[in-house]
Order: sequence, then C-alpha cells, then structure tokens
Amino acid sequence: MGKIAIEDLAKIQEAARYKIALRQGAGRVRINVHMGTCGIAAGARGILTAVMKEIEARNLHDVIITNSGCAGLCSQEPMMTIEVLGEPAPVKYVLLTPEKITKIIDMHVLKGQVVKECALALGSERTR
Amino acid sequence: MAYRTYLMVCAGTGCVANQSMKIKDKLESEIRKRGLQDEVSVVTTGCNGFCAVGPLMVVQPDGIFYQLLKETDIPFLVEEHFVKGRLVKELLYTPPREKAPIPKMSDIPFFADQTLIVLRNRGLINPENIDEYIARGGYQALAKVLTLMTPDQVIQEIKASGLRGRGGGGFPTGIKWETCKNVPSDTHYVICNADEGDPGAFMDRSTIESDPHAVIEGMLIGAYAIGSREGYVYIRNEYPIALERLQVAIKQAREYGLLGQKIFNKDFDFEIRIVRGAGAFVCGESTALMASIEGRPGEPRAKYVHTVERGLWDKPTCLNNVETWANVPQIIEKGAGWFSSIGTGDVTSDAWGGSKGTKVFSLAGKVNNTGLIEVPMGITLRKIIFDIGGGIKDGKKFKAVQTGGPSGGFIPESLLDLPVDYEELTKVGSMMGSGGMVVADENNCMVDMAKYFLAFTQAESCGKCVPCREGTKRMLDILEKITVGKGTEEDLVLLEELSNMVVESSLCALGGSAPNPVLTTLKYFREEYEAHVKDKHCPGHSCRELIQYIIDPELCLGKGHGCHVCAKNCPDGAIVGETKQVHTIDVMKCGKCGICYDVCKFDAIHIE
Repeated sequence: MGKIAIEDLAKIQEAARYKIALRQGAGRVRINVHMGTCGIAAGARGILTAVMKEIEARNLHDVIITNSGCAGLCSQEPMMTIEVLGEPAPVKYVLLTPEKITKIIDMHVLKGQVVKECALALGSERTR
Repeated sequence: MAYRTYLMVCAGTGCVANQSMKIKDKLESEIRKRGLQDEVSVVTTGCNGFCAVGPLMVVQPDGIFYQLLKETDIPFLVEEHFVKGRLVKELLYTPPREKAPIPKMSDIPFFADQTLIVLRNRGLINPENIDEYIARGGYQALAKVLTLMTPDQVIQEIKASGLRGRGGGGFPTGIKWETCKNVPSDTHYVICNADEGDPGAFMDRSTIESDPHAVIEGMLIGAYAIGSREGYVYIRNEYPIALERLQVAIKQAREYGLLGQKIFNKDFDFEIRIVRGAGAFVCGESTALMASIEGRPGEPRAKYVHTVERGLWDKPTCLNNVETWANVPQIIEKGAGWFSSIGTGDVTSDAWGGSKGTKVFSLAGKVNNTGLIEVPMGITLRKIIFDIGGGIKDGKKFKAVQTGGPSGGFIPESLLDLPVDYEELTKVGSMMGSGGMVVADENNCMVDMAKYFLAFTQAESCGKCVPCREGTKRMLDILEKITVGKGTEEDLVLLEELSNMVVESSLCALGGSAPNPVLTTLKYFREEYEAHVKDKHCPGHSCRELIQYIIDPELCLGKGHGCHVCAKNCPDGAIVGETKQVHTIDVMKCGKCGICYDVCKFDAIHIE
C-alpha cells in the first residue's frame, strides 16, 4: 500500500474492528461452545467452526466465541451457551447441528429471540 | 475466516530475555499440531508492564493472564485451554500472601489500579504493524490538526492541557513549543530524547517498544505546531529492540506518506532521523545531546541562551522526552479538558500550578510486583508501592523509596501518603525525574544506597565543570570512609556543605541533582549516618566492614544438629566445627560474603 489519504484511516480502522474488539475483550454476545471430551466426541469442533463461519458471513463485530469444558450433561452434547448483554440469563442450547447454528445465530444473536426447540434451559454452569 | 482468539505474547525486552520468542514459536507449533491455526492467532506485543512475572501472555477476548511461562508448559496449556476450554491454574497469577489465583488480567490489582494514556496500546497491538495502530485510532490526531487546526490552536490546546515535560524537568510543554515557534529562523528542529540512562528505569524503552507510532505522531503534531520540517530521535544504542521497532515504524509511516513531503496532501513536510547514543549518561541532558548529534563531545553548556532559541546547529530546537511526545496525540484527540481533568492542581492561570495527566514509572527494588506502571498524577506513593506494587518482598518492612532516578531523593515511610506530583516531590527533596522508582527495605543501608547512586552519577560526570567533577568525587570519598567505619562527625558536616555547593554551582542538572540521594538520606536517615560514625555500626546490616557473622550455638546444635552445611560452603574456610558439633566463625578469616547466612536452613547465623 502506498501513500494513504485521511479517509483511508477510517477504512483501515473498519477492517480491523473485529480484531481490535476481540483483543479488548469487548462484545455484546458471548458464545461458549462446550468442549469436554464428550462434547468433542459428539462433534463440538464442527459446531465451533460452524459458529465462526456464520459470524464471519454476517460480518458481526461484537460476538466473542470461546470454549469451555464439559457442562455435565454429556447426553445432550454438543452444547453451547449464549450470553447476550442485557438479557437476564444465559441460554444453553443442546444437541446442536450446523443447521441449528444458522438458525440460532439468526434468531437469538441478531434478533434476540430464543430458539426454544433447541434450548435446554436458562442459566449457566460456572466456567471458572 | 477471522480468528476467534488472540494470544498476546509479551515481547518487551524483559520477556524476550526470558525466552518469550521461543514460547511464541512453541505456541504456534502446538496450535498447528491441533489444527487450530485458523482459529487462534499468536501476536507479539510490546512490554505489558508486569515484568516481575514474565514471560507472560494474555488470552483475548477472555482477558486470561498467564505468567511465568516456560517452553515446556506450552503443549499442556494449548491442550487444556484451547482444545478443552479449561484454565491452567498453575500458570495463573496469585497475589503475594493469597492462595486463590486471579484468572482475568483486569482483576489483577497491578493492572486494575492503573490509568493508561501513554501506554494505552500496550499489549493490544503489534507494534510492528502500523495498521493496528491506526485501528486503535492512530494518526487521527494528526489528521485533525492538519485539517481543522492552525499551529497556534495546537499550541493553545497543549498549553491548556497542562502537559509538562516527562523527562524530569516538568517544564510546561505548550510554553516550550510557543517559545520555539516564535523564534524567527529558516529552520526549526524537534528532537525526541530517548536517551534513557537512569539505572533501573525503562519507561521510554517500553513506550517505544509497545507503541512507536504514538511517539512519531506526537512529533509530527509538534513539528506542525512549531513549523519544523526535520526531527531527530536520539536513542540509546543499548536498546536494540526499541531501536528496531522505531526503525520499522518510521519505514511504515514513510510508506504510508505519513512522513515525507505533502503529508495527507497538505502543505506540511516532515522527516525523522534516528541518532544512536553511545552510552554517556550526560547525553540525556539537552545541550549535551545536541552536541552529540552535531558530532561534538557530549558535554552540556551553560544555558544563558535556551535551546528553544539556539539549540541544534544553533537553530531553535524543541526537545521533548519520549513520554511527553506520546501524550500529545491523545490530548489532541480527546481534548485539553479531558487531559487536565486527570491529576493535581490548576493550570488555567499558572502553567506550573499543577501536574496533569498520568506518569509512567518503572517500579524496581524490594517490591513484589516490579514492572512498568502508568498512574494518574496525584496518586499516593503508598498506593503505588503497596497496592499496585503488592508490598515489600519477603514480608519485610518498608524503609524508603527513591523517585526520579539516580539523582532522585529518598523518601521515608512518614511521607508515604505524599501525592505524586512535580512540586510535592521537589518539596521533600526528591523529584519526578524521568520516573524511576526504587524501593528499599529494612535491610538496605541508606548510607550505602546513597553511595551507590552517587558512584553512578560521579562516574557519569562529563568533567566539564569543577563542582560536579571534583565535588562529587570528594563526596564519594567521604561516603566510602563512612561505610568502612572511618567516618567522623566533621565528615557529616563537610558532606552536607559539599552537597549544597555541588547543587548550587554545577553547570547542568546532572551535578545539580546528583547530591539529592545524599541530602535526603542525611535529612531523613541521619541516625543511620550517626550509627556508622559514632558506633561503627550499620543498622541495615549491609556495610561489610561494620558487620560480623555469628553462629548461635543453641540453634546450630539444637535445631540444625551441627549440620556442617555452612562450613562446606564457606569459600574462606573460616567456619570451624565438626558434624553434630557446634560451629563457630573465625572472624580473622571471614570474608563476610554472606554465603553461610544464605545456606543455613535453621536461621542459626546472625549478623551483628
């Protein structure tokens, strides 16, 4: 890249927004994929990749994706927990598939509507 | 696909010296091994500040702080945290005197109590990538001054902010810029003083290592305000990492047209050259520094004519310290009002009426959390040492803190609630200096500490003026005499008299401040001097000639059963005794090295 103009500063800033937001730990939504041995065996890695792809495709800059250990309900894996800033409690989604991910992100992350047929319960186990 | 996690590995000098680059390589190879290379990215950052627990890394966006890392920890760490999502407790930080680790960086008191302006990008960006600086709002302040502000408006903004020189002098920056600008000349120079020579001080090095573009942007704004087209950074050759990052940053800024001609297509040209210092402490003094850039011996001159009028090559020159320049873009971006809301006093009518913004300190010595901190002006020394610093090492008692580098004064416990600001520190006989902070505990001998720092300034005296060259030498002789137990009460009187003479008659600030450690210890710790002189006793148990190692026979036999470890380790063969018998030290042979004291597991060896 050669000489830049003043307008380019904003473009560079925009392009790196997600990267910088993540490094500052700032996010509106936090998606936590449970990746204990049970979760991984049930396909949690594919779920994590699917979540990342969906976030990327929608160009979302305020979603933190993280992973934690087994949630204790191994029969319902793969599982993930979604926390949205301002919502009363985190929501746990169970028996996930990549198709369900698309729907959950569209409905819950973007529109704030819990996808009831995939949800187990409100509330989260302590992750630390 | 965008990464979901960033591992911010500290690559400041301290962590690099502790193999953080190897840790980075290992992290990358382990991440590849587990197929996470598209999800997890490893980034090297500048100094994170918490040097005491390096090498360290922060996992973002969760803000998990891992410390004291070893290459061998990495496979397990990657497996646990990034594959299975479990924190590795053993590698988390646990505060002194506590049991539970603190996983999140923002919850650790060392970080939580800091206010970041100069170091706002530390640990967040890769300093060798200009785009990341821009992503954090970088060069917006430059764009603002070039499009919306006249040079005079920039100067007014800096004046209103209350920013004062961070190199130690505390001269109001806006006034310096204005004076320099108003001197008619075909050429004006700006200089960044990065010749940080204080032992135990690394504020400027870390600032350049973690955010070099902030310094460049500050210089650009200053140059625009003053009407300069040419700038210099005078940096120590002993700072290879800082030097390299600065070179990379200047190159990238040139490529983007942020240095060179017609910057942002405006009628403003500016270029920066780097000059490497050869290691003389005195070259941190402005006139000596300029002499050194010109290729002359680094010696200061009398300042009847200030450098803002006749400086480098006799042209008006504005010299500011690294930290001062790095404050400038933030002041322009957020406004003078925001900056002056932080700190002490009132600068609206009197530029010397307060200390505004933050100050970076390097915390060293007998404190638990050694490292680099940035705190608001007006914070108390107690908060710095006991909250951020985590208190004194090994549960010992605080004795004194020296602020302002080798020529700063020692401040006793009774003044710990002193707010840190330029005037307050000067009032008690010390100074802000460039921001070194060395903590002494009960085992430090204050006479010896004063001698140590005076020995440094004495050796670094350039020799041009007599008071500094001869005066400090004589002072050092007297201190030497006192620490070996040959001092007299008249020596204390002479020492004080000499100190005042050197302060008053030296040519530059080196001599003018070198006696500070002596004067403040004479003032606050006079009883220690008197103990050395009258009783030939060192209360800190540190002056070799005045102490004796003695074995307590009851502890030696009762607890240690005459273990003989001391005798085995004594390099002088001065310890007499057989296993299972009481041991004694032959004082005639004893070299007072203290090895026996360190190796005895039963605390049977005492110092008297």
